[in-house]
Amino acid sequence: MNDIAIELKGIDKKFGLVHANKNINMRVRKGTIHGIIGENGAGKSTLMSILYGFYQAGAGDIFVDGKKTVIKDPNAAIAAGIGMVHQHFMLVENFTVLENIMLGAEESQVLNAGITKARQELKRLEQEYELDVDPDAIIEELPVGLQQRVEILKALYRGAEILILDEPTGVLTPAEADHLFRILEQLKSQGKTILLITHKLREIMAVTDEVSVMRRGEMVATRTTAETSVEELAELMVGRHVLLQVDKGPASPGEVLLSVENLSVRDGRGVDMVKNVSFDVRAGEIVGIAGVAGNGQSELLQAISGIRRATTGKVLLQGEPIHVTGTADPSELRHRGLAHVPEDRQHMGLVLKFDESENSILGYHDDPKYLNGLFLNIDAIRKDAVDKIEKYDIRPPNPKLKTANFSGGNQQKIVLAREMERDPAVLVIGQPTRGVDVGAIEFIHKRIIEMRDAGKAVLLVSVELDEIRSLADRVLVMFDGRIVGERAPDAGEGELGLLMAGVEDSKEAAQ
Amino acid sequence: MSVPYAKLPAWVDYGLIPLINLIVAFLVAGLVVLAVGESPLRAASLLIEGAFGYGEGIGFTLYYATNFIFTGLAVAVAFHCGLFNIGGEGQAYVAGLGVALPCLWLDQFAPWYIVFPAAILGSAMVGGFWAMIPGWLQAKRGSHVVITTIMFNFIASSLMVYVLVDVLKPAGSMAPQTRAFTDAGQLPRLDWLLASVGLDIGGAPFNLSFLLALVAAFVVWVVIWRTKLGYEIRTMGHSPTAAAYAGIRQSRIIIITMMMSGALAGMMALNPIMGDQHRMQLDFVSGAGFVGIAVALMGRSHPVGIVPAAILFGMLYQGGAEISFEMPQISRDMITIIQGLVILFAGALENMFRPAITAFFATLGGAGSDKPLPAAE
Repeated sequence: MNDIAIELKGIDKKFGLVHANKNINMRVRKGTIHGIIGENGAGKSTLMSILYGFYQAGAGDIFVDGKKTVIKDPNAAIAAGIGMVHQHFMLVENFTVLENIMLGAEESQVLNAGITKARQELKRLEQEYELDVDPDAIIEELPVGLQQRVEILKALYRGAEILILDEPTGVLTPAEADHLFRILEQLKSQGKTILLITHKLREIMAVTDEVSVMRRGEMVATRTTAETSVEELAELMVGRHVLLQVDKGPASPGEVLLSVENLSVRDGRGVDMVKNVSFDVRAGEIVGIAGVAGNGQSELLQAISGIRRATTGKVLLQGEPIHVTGTADPSELRHRGLAHVPEDRQHMGLVLKFDESENSILGYHDDPKYLNGLFLNIDAIRKDAVDKIEKYDIRPPNPKLKTANFSGGNQQKIVLAREMERDPAVLVIGQPTRGVDVGAIEFIHKRIIEMRDAGKAVLLVSVELDEIRSLADRVLVMFDGRIVGERAPDAGEGELGLLMAGVEDSKEAAQ
Repeated sequence: MSVPYAKLPAWVDYGLIPLINLIVAFLVAGLVVLAVGESPLRAASLLIEGAFGYGEGIGFTLYYATNFIFTGLAVAVAFHCGLFNIGGEGQAYVAGLGVALPCLWLDQFAPWYIVFPAAILGSAMVGGFWAMIPGWLQAKRGSHVVITTIMFNFIASSLMVYVLVDVLKPAGSMAPQTRAFTDAGQLPRLDWLLASVGLDIGGAPFNLSFLLALVAAFVVWVVIWRTKLGYEIRTMGHSPTAAAYAGIRQSRIIIITMMMSGALAGMMALNPIMGDQHRMQLDFVSGAGFVGIAVALMGRSHPVGIVPAAILFGMLYQGGAEISFEMPQISRDMITIIQGLVILFAGALENMFRPAITAFFATLGGAGSDKPLPAAE
């Protein structure tokens, strides 16, 4: 019996001039969890897309179970026993679990017979792999962790022996992530092979048996996890030594620059997303808001920055009220010293089809220094962009390049440069390092600390608990629209994790 | 997982793809001609001969193109803001009032160079007003401009019938049209322009408004790409959430953009009214507003693309007329079918061949292509 589940030999893929995968060789042993890490744009996703049949490699061969296999589309991948759990779930939200699992594998035009069969098969899978899900539950009513389980069941239902998981923990709480890892262990013990793509080094260390590192389209190393370290992997990914620990001195908080009182916000559907939230941010401190995505952080940020109307409550910026329930608008707040790095840089913080220099003035485009009367002063805008490109090491250093063509990290630097260079009193930042590579994370964290040390009030929202813990001077935990507790950043991860999962903090509840 | 893709070189994007679409449209049109028992080659040569073969043909081609430049620009400006203005037809129609009324009043005592600016202003204002109402409804009430502008085409049509039959028709006349303007209400023809290259435009109504259309194309380019307003319009068009983030007042931008769009469509009325018929007649727009949609799509909403696209459609109109004259088998309706095919392939099916061409250039190793989007977040 062959003990190699997948072998890639000389896989090569070009997109135009970009060499996304250069002569990749990799072996994944059967019954193991094999991690693949690399920065954004290193080629992980392209490689997995080739393996799952989204793309054809320009050169090279794929061997599944020792047999040379041509995977021309995802159906061929499924037939070869390869299943994929996407980062963004491919589920029909208003279908039941069972309907989703059957989708595309109905077997006949009339569903009844298929449904009974699928139900039995699903029950067997659930028992075999200890993956409990109610087959009749509607997807949109399930928590994210369970939706992911449905994705896994979907792949198993189609007979997957090899599972590819693309950034599976991005949307999970620490507890849910732990649960996922137990499921993966279980699958492994049943002989399944798992390919885990992630940028979180800690997860690699926790669950994988072996790990392959990609950098700039090349497979730079494969290590046995037990014999490597976080530091070594980070260095392999980036190609140079990386400072993983943020270097920061103690905070010296001054006067209150941003004060939020009893703020409540509804989202577009009329659901209360922020419920009676109050907190202060002082000059020279970073207040971190931790929480699982979707617990009201986005709406909170949007209300403070004037993008979304609050239903009730008050916000004071440098002691002066902001009319958050009425006329507050983002350009007014910018003039009053509030800079906002939005969570969703691709849709909100940037216009991807604009060139770099056009994005470097977004929101500040009414500043006279970028204008000649009604006309844009293209020279001044370009020159200003070039300065920022230099200062923030934005690559490639081309202000005329379309923003979509920058990597995630460099896009984020464009936003940061724009907002930080205005020398604001208050800086509100959402998800500063989402989809950003390790090298850029280090740079971005350093800048945020510098802002704090320069006496700015920084409000930081992140779903990365590690990031909050390493940057913030005070940590507020948000759950279901409320602040459920405040902790020092050195509080235990378990303690914060419980708060994030909504286990009520006795201290706060008593108030 | 995001899909990396190779950016196409500009000459493919703006040159090759429209050309392929056009060729396919003509091939299919050729089959139609074949089906009625005529020779497609002869039809093609008649089309091109008719449109470009002699001075008068060229004059007519450019006369039609003038209409389409205005309406194409109108659609393009709205596109840049993410708005689909289907109401160019009605806006141009109503704007006829903005042309005819100054003419009827001023041609009694003022020279044409006074009447013309007044008519430009009038047509732009009336067209802008007619588009502003759907714009306002979109911005403030959320009524979709696609629906409201279509409805406003019908309102415009009824209104103009009323105005022409009951108000502006001279007493005793049988035709639903205004009186003829004096010389002061007539635009100078551009015969000297074609005469300078040795062509005689004969009876073609090729007139000064063509130059106005070119000026409008340049102004649109400046406004969209070189002003703060254009920046805000494009931000809105690409990403309303980014516009909200930037503090751009969305309803204001929507209304202003629709007014600009309507003003451009409105100026189209100058060409047939002051340039050709020298009076306002029923249905003088005759579909130019809708052709503008195809022109804007084919011209990729850029003035540099819109002008040649407008000339192409001018060619179809003029050359098509020649075909139906020379080939009795091919009726005017057949010409409409051929025009429809061009609109179908160049506009609606603009993306049909794109994936295949993109794939082809990706495998080619794409000379001159740019960096792809960063893979997976």
